[in-house]
Amino acid sequence: MTATYLEAISDGLRTEMRRDETVFCLGEDVGPFGGAFKVTDGFVEEFGADRCLDTPLAENSIVGVSVGAAIEGFKPVAEMQFADFISCGFDQMVNVAAKMHYRQGISVPMVMRLPSGGGFSGGPYHSQNPEAWFVQAPGLKIVAPATAEDAKGLLISAIRDPNPVCYMEHKGLYRHVKGDVPEGEHSVPIGEARVARDGDEMTVIAYGSAVLLAERAADELDEDIEILDLRTLAPLDRDAILASARKTGKVLVAHEATQSCGVGAEVSAVISQHAFEDLDAPVRRLTTPDVPIPFSPTLEQAVLPQLDDMKEACRELLAY
Amino acid sequence: MARTQLRATDGARDSQRGDRLTREDRASLLRHMLLMRVSEERALTLYKQGKVPGSFYDGCGQEAISVGAAFVLGPRDRMCILHRDLGAHFVRGVTPDRYLANYMGRAGGVTGGKDGNMHFGDRDLGCVGMVSMLPDMAQVTTGLGLAFKMRGEPRVAMTFFGEGSTANGQWHEAMNFAGIHNLPAVFVLENNQFAYSTPQRLEYAVDPVERARCYGFPGVAVDGNDVEAVFDAARVAADRARSGEGPTLIECHTMRMHGHGAHDDMSYVPKEMFEEWGRRDPIDRYIERLTAEHGFSDDEIGEIRRSVKAEVEEAARKALDSPMPEPDLATTGVYADAWEPLGDGRAPWSAWRGAEGGANGAGRDREVQAA
Repeated sequence: MTATYLEAISDGLRTEMRRDETVFCLGEDVGPFGGAFKVTDGFVEEFGADRCLDTPLAENSIVGVSVGAAIEGFKPVAEMQFADFISCGFDQMVNVAAKMHYRQGISVPMVMRLPSGGGFSGGPYHSQNPEAWFVQAPGLKIVAPATAEDAKGLLISAIRDPNPVCYMEHKGLYRHVKGDVPEGEHSVPIGEARVARDGDEMTVIAYGSAVLLAERAADELDEDIEILDLRTLAPLDRDAILASARKTGKVLVAHEATQSCGVGAEVSAVISQHAFEDLDAPVRRLTTPDVPIPFSPTLEQAVLPQLDDMKEACRELLAY
Repeated sequence: MARTQLRATDGARDSQRGDRLTREDRASLLRHMLLMRVSEERALTLYKQGKVPGSFYDGCGQEAISVGAAFVLGPRDRMCILHRDLGAHFVRGVTPDRYLANYMGRAGGVTGGKDGNMHFGDRDLGCVGMVSMLPDMAQVTTGLGLAFKMRGEPRVAMTFFGEGSTANGQWHEAMNFAGIHNLPAVFVLENNQFAYSTPQRLEYAVDPVERARCYGFPGVAVDGNDVEAVFDAARVAADRARSGEGPTLIECHTMRMHGHGAHDDMSYVPKEMFEEWGRRDPIDRYIERLTAEHGFSDDEIGEIRRSVKAEVEEAARKALDSPMPEPDLATTGVYADAWEPLGDGRAPWSAWRGAEGGANGAGRDREVQAA
């Protein structure tokens, strides 16, 4: 079937809730209202209010309650209304959920859905890409789908995973990305990157919205560019990163999150350490600079990576 | 001292004080309190001998609370135990050698060296260990309770926290969520007079037990140095939870008779206050009551003391013999391969014997009736 990225998330969640009665969702306004972005539209009618639970405005509670329910055999899928608000649930994520298995051998099978990303004048508190905060919290897995098919497949894998998983869903892709999505059960393995476009001259290593940007740039430039979609940010698919870097010898790492100590920095370090002698150019990065995301469209476009920025970065690297 | 006076809101309806305890139960309550006191004294000695890395924390003076509250639980109930509550671990079945080994970072500790001091919970005994951020475990307890309610199981989730924790927003979040969904949770508040060095008058304007009604459930205040008073309040609260009547907040008034940690000399505690609470020692008081009201002889008490001391000495030997963990362990276990259920805890209260296949069916009846 053809589905948008948003419909694919919804379909993945619905598929698992039909298959497994221990799966339930919770979050602010996910109940009869169907969620701020309508991912859970119609869920209360199908699954009842107990399995699609409206929570009070208390993000640490959303996480902490999910941890407790997960320990006792449920598979909670929690929604942060905006990924930005996870700062208010950060403590439970990094101190309780992430370290639980390491310290005590207790598995916490929960998913934290994090609608992230900018591009629509959401301003500093509705536009952030906070994935790097969680890369520093061992014990969490982090996925970031770029296509509708992966949005469904990675959500289903995240729900079935016995660990806490941060599911980064980019709001800018919700209705702009459409594609074939397998019906029924469909899972995409966590920890495996995907070659989104095969090429020999250079590689763009990206995830989330930057994959779409890279695909458009490669099409418009009509160059032999490979695109590696990371899909999982923790644990990182180092083999795929190194294979592509060795193959093309030129790597641009691209993401919408800010630059310093971001996922791109880790990817770049992995390549520098293990594929240095295969490189024909220094690893480049295209990211948002280290600033909060501003509100006004002209300011926001000035900091978020744009199509022209991607094309320019590719051209420069190809010419190196 | 006005704030230590006992008061109760609408949850204190129980008039059958202590009548659910057999003579054997009472001996068990004393035994567990002594096991906590003696084990912590032994651990403090190990700390002073330099055998405990990091710091040392205990619950001296608060033994009646964790022992009395944990004693009401059945095997399938679940607990998040805090750092002044060693007695609850012992009630659930942790042995003193594993506690001492945990303090020393040994392979035989409950966490195998992954975490230290009181940061442990034995998953095989239905416990989820604490984290340093307080009161994070109140939120997890609420989630455990939500799971029981969603499945319609007559089970109880219990946790502890100090009055210091009630200042944190996560306490409000947990109480609020438990109240909204009327969850089977028992929240045991140990009001031990100080948050580290900060006195109550700088911690809150309204006694935390009064806040329970704001969340839609009863709050009960009890003498936290009276193990049977704590047991009774916890029993009523657990029965309420099991029968679907929702959460209870139990405030236990007590006093932390040691510093926050072994490094803390308690210079901030007025001498008279310390002496007054010293006269209300929960173990001394219970021994007086057992001999005066329940016919325990000095010999019986002495025998319990001797067996506890022998058990702890043997435990210390075993813990000291336990090797340090292999360094390779440090990088294992970050992720789980599969979910596994927690195991069930020991339930020494005689009312639970039926649930464990014994002659007395009260424990199982309790679950069946609630269901």
